[in-house]
Amino acid sequence: MTMPDTPLNLIGAVLTLFGSMFLFLGALGIIRMPDLYNKMQAGTKATTLGNILTLMGLGLLMPGWLPKIVLIILFVLITNPISSHALARAAHKAGLPLAKGSVLDQLREDEDAIAAFEAETQASSGKGVDG
Amino acid sequence: MNRLFSFIFITAVLWLLWLVLAGSLNAQEMMTGAVVAVLVTLLRNDGPCLLGGPEILHPRRILYAILYIPYMMRAIILSNLDVAGRILKPQVAINPGIVKVKTRLKSPVGRMVLANSITLTPGTLAVDITGDTMYIHWVDVESRDAEAASRKIAAGFEKYLEVIFG
Amino acid sequence: MVDLILKAALVFAGMGVALATFQLLRGPDAPNRAVALDVLTLITMPLLVGLAVHAGRIIYLDVALVYAVLAFLGVVALARYYDRGI
Repeated sequence: MTMPDTPLNLIGAVLTLFGSMFLFLGALGIIRMPDLYNKMQAGTKATTLGNILTLMGLGLLMPGWLPKIVLIILFVLITNPISSHALARAAHKAGLPLAKGSVLDQLREDEDAIAAFEAETQASSGKGVDG
Repeated sequence: MNRLFSFIFITAVLWLLWLVLAGSLNAQEMMTGAVVAVLVTLLRNDGPCLLGGPEILHPRRILYAILYIPYMMRAIILSNLDVAGRILKPQVAINPGIVKVKTRLKSPVGRMVLANSITLTPGTLAVDITGDTMYIHWVDVESRDAEAASRKIAAGFEKYLEVIFG
Repeated sequence: MVDLILKAALVFAGMGVALATFQLLRGPDAPNRAVALDVLTLITMPLLVGLAVHAGRIIYLDVALVYAVLAFLGVVALARYYDRGI
């Protein structure tokens, strides 16, 4: 469908262009970043902004659709961090290591400390700890 | 009182959702939406609304919730540009690690929104949470100390969320 | 002019889809593929909305919405699977 060159349409199209650039950057990020966690930083978050901008731009092209498009944006904003958090947490629990250049991992340190403490109490009480 | 409020609140939200999805305001749609919203609210288990009682509609909280949107947008855009710059450098410029962050928010919903906000701003990603301690994967670790990291990552969001969720 | 800009946007999004698909096939392990899948669906969703605008039919927006819901559920299910099995 051809669109007339009204100012509103132009703003919408430019927003869509910026958004799709961020979509592309997100995909480039997952190729360039070294490990899963950094991939997530680049991939899922840059695509969130890309999503917001693209959908807003397309919404400006079709002003009557804005309520529904805002609903889709809200849905993406709520679900996207949850899915990337779930994935990162599962990967960390499964023991996926951080990239070589990483400076510290305080979660692994704390988990190891708790495991050591539990092993110690188990040994001293002579019985298994419930749960 | 509290149960009546959560019933009305949830029904209203569901009804609004129905109207947006239906995309029209004629009488038929509105009536069907109202009936379905009431039915779904009746079917849900009878606990209180997750967000809390009538105090969530306090004008001050609503004002802060509205102010939170532009603040969040600004944070998302700034950090996106930062991460985009890192990706486009010939040698990917990162200094990653997982740091501990303490939050002073008390309500569980407030903590959830804080974790989601932290995850939505690129450069920081909530990996795990136990009690008031969050473990954040940070693309560019600027300080190893929990205090300083909390100030850098969470303090800006907490200022708003403290008021919104009490 | 508007059409030209939209075509450029389509090219960027298409390159994004290609890169994400490449990463999805390359792996190297399952969690990395899951991230690639997540990104792929996040790029495809605005493309579906763009298709709706192109066709001028608001009903297609529902397709994009349901696609987003299913993609979210799929990734969370994968995450749970790595965590402790389904």
